[in-house]
This record gives sequence, C-alpha cells and structure tokens, in this order.
Amino acid sequence: MIVMSWFTQTLTSSIGKKLIMSLTGLFLISFLVIHATINAMIFYNDGGETFSHWGHFMGTNPIVRTLEIGLVLGFLFHIYDGLMLTKNNREARPVKYASRNANANSTWYSRSMGLLGTLILIFLVVHTSHFWIPNRANQFSTGEELDLYNMMLEIFQNPWVVLLYVAGCFSLFWHLLHGFKSAFQTLGLYHIKYNGLISFVGVAFSIVVPLLFALMPIAMYMGWVH
Amino acid sequence: MSEGNMRLTLKVWRQSNENTAGSFENYQLEGISPDMSFLEMFDVLNEQLVEAKQDPVAFDHDCREGICGMCSMHINGQPHGPLQGVTTCQLHMRSFKDGDTIVVEPWRAGSFPVIKDLVVDRDAFDRIISAGGFVSVNTGNAQDANNLPVPKEAADDAFAAAACIGCGACVAACKNASAMLFVSAKISQLALLPQGQVERKIRAEKMVAQMDAEGFGACSNTQACSAECPKGITFDNIARMNREYLGAKLSSTNV
Amino acid sequence: MATSPRLDAKIPEGPLETKWSKYRSSVPLVNPANKRNLEVIVVGTGLAGASAAATLAELGYKVKAFCFQDSPRRAHSIAAQGGINAAKNYQNDGDSIYRLFYDTVKGGDYRSREANVHRLAEVSGNIIDQCVAQGVPFAREYGGLLSNRSFGGVQVQRTFYAAGQTGQQLLLGAYSGLQRQVGMGTIQMYNRHEMLDIVNIDGKCRGIIARNLITGELERHAGHAVLLCTGGYGNVFYLSTNAMGSNVTAAWKAHRRGAFFGNPCFTQIHPTCIPVSGEHQSKLTLMSESLRNDGRIWVPKKKDDNRPANAIPEDERDYYLERRYPAFGNLVPRDIASRAAKERCDAGYGVGSSKLAVYLDYSAAFQRYGMGEANKNNISNPSQEDVISWGKAVVKEKYGNLFDMYKQITGEDPYEVPMRIYPAVHYTMGGLWVDYNLMTTVPGLYALGEANFSDHGANRLGASALMQGLADGYFVIPYTIGSYLSNEIRTGKISTDHPEFIKVEAESKARIEKLMNIQGTTSPEMFHRRLGKIMWDKCGMARNAEGLSQAITEIRALREEFWRDVRVMGKVNEFNPELDKANRVADFIELGELMCIDALNRNESCGGHFREEYQSEEGEALRDDEDYRYVAAWQYKGTEDWELHKEELIYDNIKIAQRSYK
Repeated sequence: MIVMSWFTQTLTSSIGKKLIMSLTGLFLISFLVIHATINAMIFYNDGGETFSHWGHFMGTNPIVRTLEIGLVLGFLFHIYDGLMLTKNNREARPVKYASRNANANSTWYSRSMGLLGTLILIFLVVHTSHFWIPNRANQFSTGEELDLYNMMLEIFQNPWVVLLYVAGCFSLFWHLLHGFKSAFQTLGLYHIKYNGLISFVGVAFSIVVPLLFALMPIAMYMGWVH
Repeated sequence: MSEGNMRLTLKVWRQSNENTAGSFENYQLEGISPDMSFLEMFDVLNEQLVEAKQDPVAFDHDCREGICGMCSMHINGQPHGPLQGVTTCQLHMRSFKDGDTIVVEPWRAGSFPVIKDLVVDRDAFDRIISAGGFVSVNTGNAQDANNLPVPKEAADDAFAAAACIGCGACVAACKNASAMLFVSAKISQLALLPQGQVERKIRAEKMVAQMDAEGFGACSNTQACSAECPKGITFDNIARMNREYLGAKLSSTNV
Repeated sequence: MATSPRLDAKIPEGPLETKWSKYRSSVPLVNPANKRNLEVIVVGTGLAGASAAATLAELGYKVKAFCFQDSPRRAHSIAAQGGINAAKNYQNDGDSIYRLFYDTVKGGDYRSREANVHRLAEVSGNIIDQCVAQGVPFAREYGGLLSNRSFGGVQVQRTFYAAGQTGQQLLLGAYSGLQRQVGMGTIQMYNRHEMLDIVNIDGKCRGIIARNLITGELERHAGHAVLLCTGGYGNVFYLSTNAMGSNVTAAWKAHRRGAFFGNPCFTQIHPTCIPVSGEHQSKLTLMSESLRNDGRIWVPKKKDDNRPANAIPEDERDYYLERRYPAFGNLVPRDIASRAAKERCDAGYGVGSSKLAVYLDYSAAFQRYGMGEANKNNISNPSQEDVISWGKAVVKEKYGNLFDMYKQITGEDPYEVPMRIYPAVHYTMGGLWVDYNLMTTVPGLYALGEANFSDHGANRLGASALMQGLADGYFVIPYTIGSYLSNEIRTGKISTDHPEFIKVEAESKARIEKLMNIQGTTSPEMFHRRLGKIMWDKCGMARNAEGLSQAITEIRALREEFWRDVRVMGKVNEFNPELDKANRVADFIELGELMCIDALNRNESCGGHFREEYQSEEGEALRDDEDYRYVAAWQYKGTEDWELHKEELIYDNIKIAQRSYK
C-alpha cells in the first residue's frame, strides 16, 4: 500500500498526469513509425505483395499481438488522461476572459491539443471500423485474415473517405507538431545541446508521417497504386 | 491635468467583491499624454470618477518601477498589455493609438479570486513558497560566503530564475491557469545552487503538491507564460522542475 | 549642549571595537520555554521586518507580521538596485570594519552615533554570509567567488550585488525565511493589513490596531513588543522613488503616542533619477548609483545649449563632478552629486526640454570596455565600430536591466544617446529616535531599518540601506530585544479587551468616520500633490529660513483645508484604496510640518540638509559642530506643538573634519 500511495500520488499530480500524456504519446509515436513503414509497402506497387507479407506478420506474430494490447491501452490512457487534464485545466479558470489575444503568446495548435486529439479520435473510429475491427473480428471468428490491400483499394475509391483521411492526417500533423517536442519538455529532456535536434526531428516527423499516410488513400484514389 | 491629446475608451471590469457578479463599464478619457504610464492613465480615470462622485476603480500597484510584482492588469487580452517583458506600470500610453478602445480585466484564475474590480488575491503563491521555496538556514548558521564557490554560470542561471517578481502573469496568460512557471523558477533557482542541494528533493515534492492543492491547472507547454513574463523567466525552468519532481518522486525516501 | 535626560541611548561602556561583542555576550536572555509565551508584533515586511520576523520566530518567539501589500515579498526594499556594502575585504583593497565605519560616519556628515555605526560595520560581513547561505544569487567571478563594485563616497570595492536587482534578491531571501516560519506556524502573517495605531498600557507598548484592507474591519493585536519596520517617509514629497503605498502612518502614530522623531528633516535626494516628464507623473524612477561607476556626468559648457547631446563636441562638455571633486569624481556621495546637478541646472546649463536634467554618458565606458574585450581576445587594431559594440555588450551584462528600464520609461535608447538624469527624493535618514537597543522612547516599541534615525547621520552612503535593514533584523534586534523581554516573562498573555485597546480602536474608528463624512470636493491625491509641491519647493534640496517659515504656514492651512474639504469615495467596510490614501495623506501633512520645523531649527548645512544661508564661497555645505552636533528628537505635545530634545553626538574615535571629496 505504501508503494502504491507514493506511486499513485505521483501519477495523479499535475506533473504525473503530464508524464502519462508524454509517455503514452511517445509510445503512440513509436507505433506510428511501424504503422507508416509497413503501410508504405503499398508504394512498391507490387499488387500488395510486400504489404500483405508484413501485414500478415503483424497480424499473426504472437509478440506483436501482445504488444497490440499495450497499444490499445496506450490509446485509452492517452485519451482518458487527456480528458482528465482538460477537465482540471478548465476548472482552474472558472471565469473566462472576455478578451483574449492568445495568438500573441502561443500557437493555436499548441492550445488546441484536445480539439486535435478529438478529431483524430473521430478519424480513428472510422479508420478502425474500416480495417482493424473487421479484420480482427474475422480472425477471431474464422481464423483467417482479410485481404486488407484490396479492401483499401476499394474503400479509397470513395472521394469522401479520402477527404476524411486527409483531414485526419492534418489533425495528426498539428497534434504531432506540438506533441512531439512537448513530450520531451514534460520529461524534462531539455538541454541546450539537444534542443535543436529534438525540435528538428519533431518537425520532420510531424511532416513525414502524416504525409506518408495521406498519400496512401490519395495514391489509391488517383490510381497511382493499384 | 490634460497635457496630451489622446482620447480613449476604456472597458473596465467592475466587481464589488469576491461574492458578487461583475460586469464591464465603459469610460471615456481625454487629454491622455503618450508619456503617461498605463497606471497614470488610470489615475486620471479615478480622479475623473471621484470628481463625478463615483467609486474609483480599484487596482493593485505599488513600486511603479516594474519590480514589486503588484500590478496585474489583463489589457486587451494579454497580461500586462501588448508589450513583452514589461509590467503594467512600465507600459506607456505611447504603445496605444488615439481613439483606441482598451479592455481591462483582472487576472482570471480560480486560485486568484477577485477581491475588487481589478484586484485579485494571490496568497496561493505565498503558500507555495511556504511549502518549500527556501533553504532551511537559521540566522547565524552561515559559513563565510566565499567558502562556497559557485560556478558563475550556475549563479547567473539561478539569478535569471530568481528574477521572478511573483506577479502571476504566467498564470493569467496560461490557457490552463497553470502556475508552473512561477513554481519552476523557485525550484530551479535553488536546484542550481549548491546551497539548495540538501532539500532539493523534498522541496520539489512539497512545492508541486502545494501548487496542485491550490487548484492551478497543468502545463500544456504552449509557452504563453514565458512569452508574457515581464522578467523573461524562461520555459526551460518548467522542464527542470519536471525533472526535479519526477526524479525526486522516484528516488526520495518520502513515501 | 547636554543630552536631554529623556534620551538615554544606552550605549555600552568600553572601547568602540568591543562594545557590541561584549554587550551581546552580556545582554539578558530569555529561555526557550518562555520565548514560546512571548508575542512579538512586526509591522512591515521589508528587509528589516522580514529578517526580524524570521529570526525571532527561529529563536522561538511567537510572531505576528503585518504588511499592507498583498504579499510580504512586495515591500519596497524589493526596488533597491545597486548593492549592499560589507567590510569583507575580499578584494584585498584595504577595506576593514573600521574603514566602513569611518566612511559611513564621514558620509553621514558626522551626524550619526559612533557605537551604532561601528556595530553596523561589524555585522556587515555576517549579512553576506547569511544571504549566500539562503541562496541569494549574488554576482560572481569566473572562479566562483563573489564579485564587488564601488559605490559613492568610498574608495574601496565593498559592494555586493545581483545585477541591478540586489534589493529584490535580498528581500526574496528574507521573505523565504519568513515564509518558512509561516509554513511552520511560528509566524502568523497578515497581508493587506495597515497598522493604524499603537496601544500603550501602563507606559509600555502592548499592541496595535490594524485595519484589514479587504474588509475594512479594525482588528486589535496584542504583543509583548512591537517592532516598526515600516520604512521611510519620502512620499511626503509626493514625487519620490518610494512605492506608491510607502507611508509614514505607523511611525507617525507611534510618534503621536510618545515616540520621539529624530532628525525628520534629513532627507536624501538621489542624484540619478529619470527626470519628471510632465504633470501626470505619479512617481520617480531611480537609475542605480552603480551607474556612476562607469558613467560620466556632464552638462554643456555653453548656457542654454539646445544641440542634441551627441552633437556637442568633447571640449564643449563640462564634466563638473570630475572638475570640482577630482579625488572622487563621479563617485562623490549622493548629497554632493545632487547639489552639484541642481547648481548647474539653476545656473542655466541644464539639458532636455525641462532644462532640469544633466547627462549621464556611457560612451567612454563603451570605448574602455570594448578595448578591454579586444585585448582579452587578442585582437589588435579592431575597428572603432567593433570596439563600441563589444563595449555595449559588456555594459549590457552589467547594467542591462537599468538601460532597458530607462528606454521603457523615456522612449530613448541609452545605448545611443546619453541618459538624462536629475535628483529626486529617495530615502529618509530621519525617523523614530531609538537607543542602542533600537527601542524608541516608548518602552517595548522598537523601530528598525529606514523607520529609525540611527545609522546614516545626515546622508546615507549608497548600498548602506540594505546593509542597515538586514543588520537590524538579522543581527541586532534578536539580541537586544532580550534586554526588554527578559523582564516580560511574568507578564502573561495580554488581553485585547483591555480598556486601552478599546479606546484606541474607537479613536481609529472615529477618525475613519470623520474622513468619510467630510465629503468635500478634493481627492486625497490632490492634497498629496499640493503637499509634495510645498515640501519640494521649500524643504527640498535647498532650504532657507524664509521658505521654511512660509512652508509651515502653508502646510497648516493645507491641513485645515484637508479636514474640511477632502472627498473620500467608497465605503468603510470594503476594499477602499481611497480611504487608505486619505489616512496616509493626513499623516504626511502633519509630518511635513515637523520636517520644516526641524529644518528651520537646524541652522547649519550638513549632508542632505542644505540651508542656503550656510554655505562656503564654493557652495559647499557649512556644518556648525559647535551648536548642532546633536540629534534633534522631537516630542509630540499636541497639534502644532513639539518639544525639542537633543542627544549630543560624541566622537571619541573619529576626528571630526570638514568633509572633503576633492
């Protein structure tokens, strides 16, 4: 119990909550790296052969499947903690300003992480119901994987879906643009020698990963990949 | 007293006390000199109100040279007004244009209740310092000052953090009404100096706990606080505080 | 002249060097168990108040501390810029306790008490030790040791500093000690409370009446001793470098209840302030004296020269301080620098639109520091441009915040054009008369820091106010209060239901109601401005008998008008800054009268007190040691009625001489 008391105390403190946001955020960022890499296999334009090979590995490897549980938990913690922080933060200012010139001191996206996160969540609901949920459901019931590559080709023929995916990628871009370096700041990883590197990697990552993701539906819709 | 020719419309928050609702009142001012400070402009307003047998606007102010930290106006949507690196008392009317409408509000935070008009209660800051913002050295216990060399760099960084005037602009600017810049400045100052090492862990733990107990929000790393800080307290102090706090929580023997 | 029997300074016997250490070791003690039952009230939380409250609480006394600001950290000590003196001799330049003692007595124009000043010099080193231990980030050299600079009136480097914010850092150090005790429950802190009166019972001070500035309620607080650490009264001049809220009320009320007021006319006019820019001006801003380390002060040689400063060639500039005082140059004491500036401006050589300013020029410093940088980095034949920009960078590191402040206030860039400066009221050497124990003439009532009259004579040297405030609070009162409190251990808890408390509270209440009920036509602010004008014109940098007599008449008329015509808006039982102001202005008016009476009485020129009738042919102050080598301690007898008591100043260790900085 003693151990739990200091531990929960830490994690429920303002800085502790930020720690959870930061650690889960970095974990989700690492997931994005894998997800983007494997999905980018479609650009081999080999009829989905390479992509499906790796997709099969990810969908069946027991270690990956175990990590997947962590991933779901990571998402849930990130979302729950974000909601808690938002609630506390709102309560800290019960009476709002009538006039607020916040753009003079901060960027709009750094102030809108909750909003951007919500947009990403909406996108995720659509996205997982397109692929991940049907696939796992099918695996659960039949033991067989679905042909995700052809599902993509089919779903991305709908321009509205493509638009939604691109919008989701924009939300992700801004979310990452602030979130990446913010995670390091929260962990206290701030050093004159490495700040430039963190900042550069953060910006590069925020551009490259969402861009790659956005290109997938666009490429399929445009017929660049088939 | 009219020696300038600026005309202004002021929209000022009026509130009788903590327990009543407030609202904005509009006032017209003429003859404002661009060389006046913002507070001197308020002196003119109050003189005008007294003449008209109305209640003058209450606002906090004392040294009027940017160091006591008492003045605390939220002007046109920014704490201490449009300039960076200055307090309200150092803001001059030359930063505004003839004919401007200026909206003036008190600091807004649940932990800073309004006392009257533009005056808020910032006792929470004192309580945070009481929780650990000190070195426990009774008078008379000290060794010779030069027995304790401090690297110039550490002394300079500690000074930069110690320059905080406790005005609360960081809280006022933060979208979460977070006090982390204020708290981190004190934690940083003492963490950087050899004198602060003995109580380093307990200090970080206690000050953060008190900060949370006061009901301030958490940090979203928007950096609005450091952008608005009249003394230029830098954002890396918050990173240092996070490090100090998490490190202390992981390694101290306080359970 | 003989010392009045009412003024026993209680200076310990024995040689000067051992008075304090011997006294300290023999002063009666209070045992820890008894300390817990003794309550001490500390009014004011500046350097003196915060350090005293923290230290007394550490010793075990029950302390109540009061400040009118929203936090003890905001007391006006916070605004002190340049530094704090201490006889550490870290620079190996010949400093010593004796030299600091000597400089202070000489700087004060031989109007301070030897024993007090020597004690101050003795404890000065401990202050630096204590502050460093608290984590005060003083400026340091690359080797990690403390850095020093020079201040006016001395020829050694003994001033410790933290950029241009030394007062802030020292106060935050003392405040952290105070807050630590608040957290431990040994100090009860009362923010936004103003002391309105003291309560004396059977001839001893037993408590105060304070007003809660948020609710307007009057509160009675009892204590076995009351410490007034309420600062100076420079705001009697309306325009000064004091904070807007700095006031004399606590000291004045104590004076009206029996505490003698010492040397009220001794006012320090600081030579380097930003000049007044117009009628709207509400306060003046100091530019630290440390700027005179590197800046050169000049006016044009030609009268009414309207050229911009940079257009006036070198040989047409009059560096009048260097010319008149070659030994100390720009670092003469404040009173002398101020008078010299006034003399030049009165003679028609002033600069700026008001012609009431002189230049403080850094171009020579840019050049000198720039060349230093070039040498340090082994650059031969650097371009003039590079030299100046390197020099500016060095100056920026030393004085950056002051330069920024100047630019902010005036809209001019001091890196490009010389600063314009003019003297302004800054500090008051006078204050409540205290004995060696810092006790006033009311038993149990003490005065510390700027609120007392004790250490600076007729002129205070730069960087000595911080030293005195902290000396009184950290190292003097904790010992000397024992001599009184050791006799109080049988007193027991003092009841605030005593008839005296009820009576004094009723008087405070009646006065507030009177102020509120006048409902005249003029705001307290306007009365303050008018008082300030009388004081500055007639009791300012130069005074004469005729002007002072007029001033006394005018102030009496002003007081009468105030009590007939003041308009105080708002209500009694609410947060009401107008009422606070009216209360303070009423006391300032009474004090102003006494200051003029004191200045009129002192038929000599000394330190900050310059009577035009008493000056040498070169315009230097002429002291009269024969007739005026005394502290003038005024006893309040009633409206417009004071009795003068004299404390003769005896110099056994210093040979009195005409003060010369030539």
